[in-house]
Order: sequence, then structure tokens, then C-alpha cells
Amino acid sequence: MTQQAPRLDLSTAPYVPQTLTTSRVMFEVLAALVPIVAAAVWFFGVTALLMVVVAGVVAMATEWLFSDRKGWGSLRDGTALLTGVLVALTLPPALPLWMVVIGSAVAIALGKLVLGGMGHNLFNPALIGRAFLQAAFPTAITTWTAPGQGFWHLEPSTLAPPMMHVDVMTTATPLGLAKFEHKLTELGPLLLGNTAGSLGETAAILLVIAGIWLGIRRIFDWRLPVSTLGTVAVFSGVLWLFGVSPPPTFMLASGGLLLGAVFMATDPVTTPVTSKGAWWFGFGVGVLVVLIRNFGGLPEGVMYAILLMNAVTPLINRATQPRRLGG
Amino acid sequence: MSLFKMFAQAATFRHGVHPPEHKHATEGLAIERMGFVPEYVLPLSQHIGAPSKPVVSVGDKVVRGQLLAGPGGFISTSLHAPVTGTVTAIELRRHPNGKEALSLVLTTDPFASQRFVPTGPLGIPNTTAELVQRVQDAGIVGLGGAAFPSHVKLAVPEGKKVRFVLLNGCECEPYLTCDHRVMVERPDAVVRGLRIAMAQLNAEKAWIGVENNKPDAIKALRNAADGDPTIEIVGLEVKYPQGAEKMLIDAVLHKEVPSGKLPLDLEIVVHNVGTAAALADLFDAGTPLIERVVTVTGPGIRRPANVLVPIGTPVRALVEHCGGLLPGVRQVILGGPMMGMAQKTLDVPVTKGTSGVLALIDPARDADEQPCIRCGRCLEACPMHLNPQRLALMVRNERAAEVEALHITDCFECASCSFACPSNLPLVQWMRVGKGLIKQKKAVS
Repeated sequence: MTQQAPRLDLSTAPYVPQTLTTSRVMFEVLAALVPIVAAAVWFFGVTALLMVVVAGVVAMATEWLFSDRKGWGSLRDGTALLTGVLVALTLPPALPLWMVVIGSAVAIALGKLVLGGMGHNLFNPALIGRAFLQAAFPTAITTWTAPGQGFWHLEPSTLAPPMMHVDVMTTATPLGLAKFEHKLTELGPLLLGNTAGSLGETAAILLVIAGIWLGIRRIFDWRLPVSTLGTVAVFSGVLWLFGVSPPPTFMLASGGLLLGAVFMATDPVTTPVTSKGAWWFGFGVGVLVVLIRNFGGLPEGVMYAILLMNAVTPLINRATQPRRLGG
Repeated sequence: MSLFKMFAQAATFRHGVHPPEHKHATEGLAIERMGFVPEYVLPLSQHIGAPSKPVVSVGDKVVRGQLLAGPGGFISTSLHAPVTGTVTAIELRRHPNGKEALSLVLTTDPFASQRFVPTGPLGIPNTTAELVQRVQDAGIVGLGGAAFPSHVKLAVPEGKKVRFVLLNGCECEPYLTCDHRVMVERPDAVVRGLRIAMAQLNAEKAWIGVENNKPDAIKALRNAADGDPTIEIVGLEVKYPQGAEKMLIDAVLHKEVPSGKLPLDLEIVVHNVGTAAALADLFDAGTPLIERVVTVTGPGIRRPANVLVPIGTPVRALVEHCGGLLPGVRQVILGGPMMGMAQKTLDVPVTKGTSGVLALIDPARDADEQPCIRCGRCLEACPMHLNPQRLALMVRNERAAEVEALHITDCFECASCSFACPSNLPLVQWMRVGKGLIKQKKAVS
């Protein structure tokens, strides 16, 4: 018997397919966001659902518009949808949808695409979108409404036409209460999530579970959230002993810290590539969050803390190059 | 490093990857022989170092085990006839490395008995110089895949000494099971060869590192070592590339070989288990290296097997012995899937460094490249603790000075970075390009 000559392909080693793809990473993160979105809808009603859907669709549309506009293109890797959903989750429920559209489009266009697309951006795109909204609409983005008004609850401002002001029933976030009225919110509501705040930041327990899940599955570098949260706990604990900070448990469970630590301070593109650098990045975010919350003019500082650390990430990379074996 | 790594029990090196093992098809199959084929092709260069120099001419009749070519220098070795037959040509033939290489072509005598009759003396020589010479004359090379002439690692240079011998039984490449089978079926030969090496090098202690997916091999070697306090069999966590010299030293002795230095500088010598068995065969039976165990496997092989193959056997004949290729085979790899080489044709010979023949149906890497997301998985994979992400970036931009400063020369192309990359970037290929870049720069200046 002679062997039929097959056409053999040449390529270089390795001949073993990789076990994880970049798209898979993005979709795993999206999957971890499903319970967070569900909690947002549970607490803030159909308004939250509308905001997440609109932000996601606008992000994908922007990505498609600025690509070669053939087929699915770079939408397949899931990063555009992920950025859109994350933008929505950082916004207050009363924010009008037209602002959500702007925030999501800016996140993709200015936060990512003008810099060269996926992998080339210095700053977290979702936070760029949010920072843009914060600068453009400082009042709207700090207008907070109460949770728990039922699924069919639609904020009157959600469908407001552009540039029109609509009154909403406002309330204060736990961090706002602590900073301006010196009232501490109980830990129970903070953990469950029925407090005022941005869509995705209130349900502390769900965020912790999502973080543990992603860490165990090695979707992100577990050092980043561990370092961020550990630094906040230790630093605010020390300040608390001196009476200049709320207790560390409150600091950890309130505001956008968990959302930021699990889903934004873990973005591989904008955080250090070295494991030593990951510790430093989290340390920097933690210190900045505690400083801004306790000594800054704003009640919350997670967004600026992460963006500032994004800016120094290339320096961290440079300073924490690995020591080669035997070198 | 995963969250759980800190609780892991077994010893191992730092970094590395866990490719799927794929060893089930052949790990339980006893080593078999195959029938002799009409023609054998022996490239004069099938080891690291200078090619061998032929001592026969076209038309010469040779018998199995007869010397065909002598060493071409100290880092070089000899070549022997795998069969009784006639030297029919000394010409350029296709080499598994993709080039054409000067090769001896042997036509088998169909009527010869093919029984190997030892010609040289048996037993251990009296002087160490004589032993080194015998090993070089027998053409023994490292059988792990790199094919480095073994006698070089049995000669202690002036002013150096060796205290420890490590035997590599990791077989960390997926699919391959040839070392595994040698350890299970010939543990006495492995331990005997190790003792010969230890006595020759005047070493005080030896370890045999075996990954924990081969419990039968560990047990067989422990039995063979028979409580000898100077020989310890160490079970290691399954991880690639543990069989690399520096990784094995890190895993077993927790020592780092300084960059640019050899294990010898730490008074350590590393041999492969198959090489140890070959040493035992040489001194006990007078056999030069004329055959080796090759694992023929992969989803595209009809009948996977571990085969004891005469050196120079055409891969086509070996594949036919194993039932041939299944329909739809897209790639044939010589060696393991992490560091082996794809072949364009089956008309290449098995050489001393051929540890496996893999036939793959699914193309391993059809997916498109995606942008680097700087996830750092390549840094956690690199066993040399380099930064493949930054290195690849610098190589792409032809920044030779930075490439050199990032220690590209420490890279031994284990391909862990490429395997770990979720964006499917051919990182190890960029490392090769980078090494070329530095050579080019040196040549210009």
C-alpha cells in the first residue's frame, strides 16, 4: 500500500491552538455583567434597561461607522458592546438617553478609535465617555434618584428631548450623604444594592461575586482588583482610626469602587502588563480613591483615580520590567 | 500564576504553560519494532555541531552498526549503518529542517540477517578520556530533541567539576510518549546509564525529574533505583517547557542558571532518560546509536504507536507502518507540537533528534490575529521571564538596540508565549525575526 500524497501545510510552531481567545475574554466579561445589569433593572426599572441597550447599540454603531463598514468587522470581538454596557453602568438612572448616546459614542470614537482601535488606547474608553459627560453635563450626571420603584418605573428625564430640563425626584448617594451630611448608610443596603447611585455600582455582593468568578477563570489579572480593594481597605482603615475617614467597610461597599475595581481597573489594555506593575496600579487607584473621597471636593473619585493611573501605566510598565531568569 | 498555584504540592519551575496533553493514544502502548525498508537516508548533520565526515564511499557494502561517518570536530559525532546493505549514494537529500543536506543513502540487503554483532570492546573503560571517546564514536546524542552530542556533557573541562546529574524524564511536549515508554519498559537501562554518567563525572547525587502524569514511570524508576540514596526520582507538576535544561534545574534544585552560562557552571549536568538508556546499551551490548524510539501519533494517524525505528527510516515508511494517514490530514509535524517542525513532504528521514511524528487534521492556528490587548499572559508564560509583548513590538519596529537590551538572546523559542497569546499573535516567530535582526546589526557594524 502506498500512501496517497496529501497536500501538507507549512507553518511555524506551536501547532497547538490557544485555549483562550481575546473575543472569549470579552464575552466572558460580558457574561459576568449580566447579573449586574439585571440588578440595575431590578432597582431602577425599565429606565436602566433602556440606558444599557441604547449605550450598547450606540457603541456598536459607532464602532461600525468608523470601521470599513463591511460585515461585522471588529464588532465580533465584543469590545464595543462591552464598552457601551460599561458606560451605561457608570451613569445615574436619571440621565436623559440623549446624553447616554453622546457618552457611549464618545467612549468608542474618542476613547478608542481615534487612537487606533482595540489595544491602542491609553485610557479606559468607558471612563473617557463618562468623564466627557461629567465635564459636559455636571448637573445631570450628579442627579440621583431613589431605587426600588418597580420594573415599569421610567424616570421622567429618561426620554427628555435634548437640551430640555425635566424635573425628577432627587435623592443623595451614600457617599454624598457621608460627605455632605455626615450620615453613614447601613452596610446591608450597600451590599444588596437598594441605594441611590449609578446603575451598576450599587449591588456590592453581586460585584464581588462577578469579580471572584472572573478572577478564578483567569479572565483578568486578579492582582489588580485585590490590590485596589486591599489598598482602599488598609489606607481608609488607618485614616478611620484617626477619625478622618468613614470606616473601611463603608468605603469598600459604597460608590463606584467595586464596579471600577472589578470591571475597569482590570481592563488589560489600560493597565500594566507586568504582574508587579499590577500591584502598583491597584495601589495607586486605592490611594487616589481614598484621598479624593476624603479630602477632595467630590464625594466620589473612582473614575479619576483609574484614569490617572491609566496615564502612568506606561511608566509603571517601564519601571517593572521582569527580571530575566538567571539575569 | 493562578490563585491556586500557591497551594500546589508538586515541585515545578516558575512560569510556563499547560497545553492539552494528548498523550492517551500512545502512553499505554508498548514500544514496537517495524520491518526493514528498502532504503535509508542519513544526513551527515543530524546533531548540533559540525557535520560528520563520511568514511565510506559509494558502492561500499556495510553491515548493521558499522561506522559510516566520523566526527567532524569535538562538538560533532559519528554515524553508523542502521542496516546491512550498500552505500548507493552520497548526495543532497531533503532534511527535516526544510533544507537539502548532504546525506548517505543506504540500500538494504534484502537477504542479510540484520542481526547486530558488536565489534568493539564491552564494559566500562578504565579512563574517563576513553569513555568520552567511546561515546563519541558511538554517535550518541541527546535524545530529547535537540540532539546535542552527549560525550561533550560527559567530559568535564579543565578546572570544572560536576556534583549533580539531572536526568530529564519530563517529556513535557504534548503527544510524545517515547521517553515515557523507555522509562516504563527499560527503567534498569535508564538507571544503569545514569550510574555510568555519575561515575564518569564523579557526581555525588542524581535526580530523575518525571512529570506526575507518568506515575507508572516514576514507580518503575523507583524500583530500578532500589533505594540507592544517591538517586532520587522527583515527581514534577505537569507543565511545559519543564524538559528544558534550565527549567528542570529550577524545578528540581531551585537554582537559576546565570544568563549566558551553562548548567556546568553550577556543577550540574543534564541528560535525557533516553540518552541514559543509550549509554547503558553502548557499554553493555556495544550498540552504537542506530535506532531510537519515535512516537507516531495525532488525530490523523490510523494506528498511533511508539516505534523503535532505525535512524534514517523515511517518515513515509514509518507512517505506513502505523496504518497511514487518515483522510483530511493538513499537517505533519516532526517533533512535538510546541517546538517541532511542519513538513511539506513525507520524504524526509527520521534523524537522531526525531522524537515524534504528528499528523494533524485541524489546522492549529487558522484564526486571524487580533490586536495585542497587553493582558500579560505571554509574560507569565515565558520560562525565561522575558517580556515577549514588548519584544515583539520592538522587533516589528526594527529597534535592534532595544531588542537586544530586552535579552532576546535568552529566548530558546519554546513557543509558550505564542501558545498563551489570546490574540493569536505569532510571538515566537517575532523572537526568531528579532534574533535575525541582531545578527544583521552585528554583521553591519
